[in-house]
Amino acid sequence: MFKLLDGPQTLGRGRTFWSCFLAVLAAALIYPAFADSYDVGNFSYFLIWVFMALGLCLMWGYGGMLSFGQTFFFGISGYAYGVLAINMGGGSTTIAALVLSVIIAMIAAGILGYFMIWGGISGIFFGIVTLSATLVLAFFLGQTAGPEWHIGTARLNGFNGMKGMDPLTVGDFYIEGSALYYVMVALIVVVYIALRMLVNSRIGNVIVATRENPQRAEMLGYDVRKYQLFTFIIGSGLAGLSGALYTSWGQFITPSSIGLPAAAMPIVWVAFSGRSDLTATLVGSFLLLFGFQTITVYSQQAALVLMGTLLLATVMLAPQGFVLGVGKLVVDRWTGRRRRGANPALAESSRLQSDEA
Amino acid sequence: MSAELFSVFYQFADVFAFLILSAAGLAIVFGMMGVINMAHGEFIMCGAYVTVGLVKLGVPLAIAQALAAVTAGLIGVAVEYLIVRRLYKRPLDSLLATWGLSLIVTQSMLLIVGSSITGIGTPEGSFAIGGYTFSTYRLVLFACAVAVLIGLYVTFMKTRFGVMARATMQNAAMAKALGARTGRIYAISFGIGAGLAGLCGALYAPTMTLIPTMGATFVVESFVTVVVGGANVLLGTAPAAVFLAMIRMALNASYGQIIGQIGMLFAVILIIRVLPEGLSSVLVRRGR
Repeated sequence: MFKLLDGPQTLGRGRTFWSCFLAVLAAALIYPAFADSYDVGNFSYFLIWVFMALGLCLMWGYGGMLSFGQTFFFGISGYAYGVLAINMGGGSTTIAALVLSVIIAMIAAGILGYFMIWGGISGIFFGIVTLSATLVLAFFLGQTAGPEWHIGTARLNGFNGMKGMDPLTVGDFYIEGSALYYVMVALIVVVYIALRMLVNSRIGNVIVATRENPQRAEMLGYDVRKYQLFTFIIGSGLAGLSGALYTSWGQFITPSSIGLPAAAMPIVWVAFSGRSDLTATLVGSFLLLFGFQTITVYSQQAALVLMGTLLLATVMLAPQGFVLGVGKLVVDRWTGRRRRGANPALAESSRLQSDEA
Repeated sequence: MSAELFSVFYQFADVFAFLILSAAGLAIVFGMMGVINMAHGEFIMCGAYVTVGLVKLGVPLAIAQALAAVTAGLIGVAVEYLIVRRLYKRPLDSLLATWGLSLIVTQSMLLIVGSSITGIGTPEGSFAIGGYTFSTYRLVLFACAVAVLIGLYVTFMKTRFGVMARATMQNAAMAKALGARTGRIYAISFGIGAGLAGLCGALYAPTMTLIPTMGATFVVESFVTVVVGGANVLLGTAPAAVFLAMIRMALNASYGQIIGQIGMLFAVILIIRVLPEGLSSVLVRRGR
């Protein structure tokens, strides 16, 4: 089973990489002991979005499906958490609300994905259909200000957003501050490891084969539609996890976390980081979120202009992604190019070729 | 009775004009180069702002609108030259690049111009049929939409440029080998697309609030029209708009705008399941 951690589909393998991984993890674990609680809360906030980025990386980088609908599922799950937490009455049921809202997002992904994938939609159309759905959801929620818009006792509240739900709770203990931070770190480690194993498994190989050439994969006997739908559901479900965690973190959610420009953010993170690798996405998204938050304090517009510039610059200058490019450069220097010609390098070069095609 | 019939036609015409005007520019660019211009909404916004700015300077509305469309078109040519041209081999990347551009433009406008500027008000004038009153300007919009369709038909079917453009659309390498200057054709097409977006913004500027993010109100309609139209935009866009306008009109009348939009989206999702290549694929098959 642990063999799946180091496979051809992920960069970073061997003792050096995993030592670095453990060092970063250890630093993350002792961080709350040295930082004040405000910073810890901020850190949890960055971590919320990482799931969404990893999900998009899986769909886009590995599956070749460029979904612009991450905030669609983020919103569905975020609102679902609010509705469920308010109606089920707080307490430990919030954990059930979290799980259920992610499942609801996955069901929505299954339905939308079925129509798109079985209809044979791919490439650009996949993007604009998912984005259309996202924008329509944002418009819809934006006009639900009246008192007639409620689910159970939960008011949707239009542009002002839904509020008043309990945060994640176990018994009488609110999961907040550093407890929430530890939950986030644990979830990220689990999701990251699980995704690594998934993409290096047999299923992962089929997902990548489908990205490379759907027809060829189909001729080899795989029903590529099922694999694509599976990828789409997992990727979108991760966006749902981000959404539910976000609502629970701030105890509110508004339509502006669904519509433009929010819908562009996951794309920027993943494109900038390097969509073809999970580790690059993890690191890059975190860096961008950190930078974005730092600038947003002064001017949100300026931060968004910077995000747009980064996206444009990535596409024009480093289509593979900046973080991935820098990472590869460092690894090349580190290993002194002695691994050239060995198997891993081969896997990499073939991946690069396919992206250019 | 005829008043009711006209009322139905009027509502249809209103939605149809909105769909055609907002989608035409996007469809041309997509049809020619397979590129979805994510900054489409920003070209619409540009057209609207230039119109309002010129009208405030005392330029008559119609001339301001024409100038706004030309301005957007010229900016479009510049964008093609600076960004899109380098990405023709990578249509998905050009989508991302134009999306980055869209973010930059919208947010810079918010920083510079602020969240909203005072509009210029819908041109007055209405007429009555039976017990109903109708705004004349809405019919002007419908006329403009029809004129755009006719203009596109003539440009692409009856002119020398149109022949070259259609050849490029079918097989760019072959057209180039036969002497068509594909680079220039792409630039002009992108300019036409941006100009049509600017025209859309210019025409709707008097009817709506001007905010830098106004482009977003148009993009859903333009996306779904292009998706339903399919790959052959010259054939597909107009029937797609007719079809979607019917659905939208029926739902708008009974349930209001937002349900109309949601219903339209559901219709689109169903259509792509049945006709992934869009309406134009059916029309092409019929034509053979």
